[in-house]
Amino acid sequence: MARKLLLEHINVPGINTLAVYREKGGYRAVEKALKTLTPEEIVEEVKKSGLRGRGGAGFPTGMKWSFLAKPEGVPRYLVCNGDESEPGTFKDRYLMTHIPHALIEGMIVSSFALGANTSYIYVRGEMMPQIRILERAIEEAKAAGWLGKNILGTGYDLELYVQPGGGAYICGEETALLESLEGKRGNPRIKPPFPAIAGLYGCPTVVNNVESIAAVVPIINDGGDEYAKIGIGRSTGTKLISASGNLVKPGVYEIELGLPVEEFIYSDEYCGGIANGKRLKATVAGGSSVPVLPANLTLKYANGDPRLMSYESLSEGGFATGTMMGSGGFIAFDEDQCMVRNTWNFARFYHHESCGQCSPCREGTGWMEKILHKLEHGHGTSADIDLLWDVQRKIEGNTICPLGDAAAWPVASAIRHFRDEFEWHVKEPMKSQSTNYGLANYANPIEKVVVAEEK
Amino acid sequence: MLKVEETQPVEFSSALLAKFDEIVKRYPEGKQKSALLPLLHLVQAEFGWTSVPAMDKVAEYLNIQPIEVYEVASFYTMYFLQPKGKYVLEVCRTGPCCLVGAEKIMDHIEKKLGVKEGEVTEDGLFSWRGVECLAACGFGPVLQIGPEYTFYENLTEQSVDQLIDDLRKK
Repeated sequence: MARKLLLEHINVPGINTLAVYREKGGYRAVEKALKTLTPEEIVEEVKKSGLRGRGGAGFPTGMKWSFLAKPEGVPRYLVCNGDESEPGTFKDRYLMTHIPHALIEGMIVSSFALGANTSYIYVRGEMMPQIRILERAIEEAKAAGWLGKNILGTGYDLELYVQPGGGAYICGEETALLESLEGKRGNPRIKPPFPAIAGLYGCPTVVNNVESIAAVVPIINDGGDEYAKIGIGRSTGTKLISASGNLVKPGVYEIELGLPVEEFIYSDEYCGGIANGKRLKATVAGGSSVPVLPANLTLKYANGDPRLMSYESLSEGGFATGTMMGSGGFIAFDEDQCMVRNTWNFARFYHHESCGQCSPCREGTGWMEKILHKLEHGHGTSADIDLLWDVQRKIEGNTICPLGDAAAWPVASAIRHFRDEFEWHVKEPMKSQSTNYGLANYANPIEKVVVAEEK
Repeated sequence: MLKVEETQPVEFSSALLAKFDEIVKRYPEGKQKSALLPLLHLVQAEFGWTSVPAMDKVAEYLNIQPIEVYEVASFYTMYFLQPKGKYVLEVCRTGPCCLVGAEKIMDHIEKKLGVKEGEVTEDGLFSWRGVECLAACGFGPVLQIGPEYTFYENLTEQSVDQLIDDLRKK
């Protein structure tokens, strides 16, 4: 069995309450941090752990913390990003629902490390039940002296609040989130300045994902070095993977980074294979924004070596033959799924969610949706496929925030790997309305390349 | 779109205003605008939607311009700018849910309720609409019903029928 750091006690009845969470060793990290460590030492531990942001970008958390400006007399803020809206990702909801105190404990330690006396957990508005769970947990923690004034008699004060969003994917982008928290439309800000210099209310701010904050707890309990021993290369620790789509056992799994993708999909410990005895056609490994890969490239690199669940291994081969870890939203497509239809669905999503500030994204996502709608519904031409390629290329890199890239990549990768299926929709417009293209050659095994020895 | 012709005046109860006061305390002095999103959720839970007169009152309460409220309410998808049914069934229509049959569920709801997306049933009880990813992809198809945003997961046509019948009886 793999080691579990975040979900170890997920099945313990009452783990959502302070009493049971304490029994299982909860809030030890707060005691250790506030009583025996300085803020600088905590930042150092997080740096040593190699923890990378779990929200999608994978930026080292300790480094992000060390960038925080500390001008005299100016408040600093920690804001937790619980806006979880990336299609395919539902790990933060799971964590907040079942072990709310893990997030709150992480927030206390992290706020102390950053010198924040007021911190906010921004949770997407649709998660009202989770917001209530967190608020109840905060009340419990406060009543027990883990929050509020002079925590554990150390002189450290912290108030923690939960802020609901209003239903906008863009607010997962950290500067849009800050705008939203200030009561405005979620339009991402131009950077620099980065939030570490000028964030919430113009003050130095760190924004971290729910899972990143929760991971600080085991890092402080066991030490950064211990955490760094788990995983592979620069992908240290454990990661929550949200598995969805045509799988026998979809759900949230905590994996040690470095697990072979094949094992994750097919072993009974994880997803248990493809549902209904079908075959795997394609996957999106890290949430809808990352490139889609055909089954064969999901399981192996182009050279035939096995692909692993880690930041480096998933992106091996670049965009030509690889993808990204993203937020760990693993979506599996079986042989009956239509890649054109799915790409259209994602394009519609990004069009709907574009904030409208930058024209390449505002207009481009709409164009992509329309062209894909045409293709999917049997009215497309082969020139449309080229136009689609052209439009996505002109969005990528030309917007204030990464939503533009996130909208372009699924379209680009779908054309790159499944062009024959797009062309089939053009050539067989009637047939494509009643049947699917099927598995084609997307699952054909990739043979391991054996380089002949020189004589 | 804002429905400005709807000018029925609204009154905020003292209980609602007390909740407003609690929320505003979360933010530093002078940053009360931060309370806007949570306040609009409370207004919608109370009145079923965010009408222009209600938004004007929120603006007055927060000491900001009405346009600052309208631009926010119209940006975020959760705020209803038009009256809806008492129960709004919001079905996830994004990729992973569609892989497991969300489109069929939406077709079924449309047939069952006899109204198109966004419309209200004659008895005023129901509306439905497709919404984007609700972060429950492993348990799809899913739908949510405000203002509590209760989740219904792993939907089938039968479970949807049951849900609608139960709500009718309430």
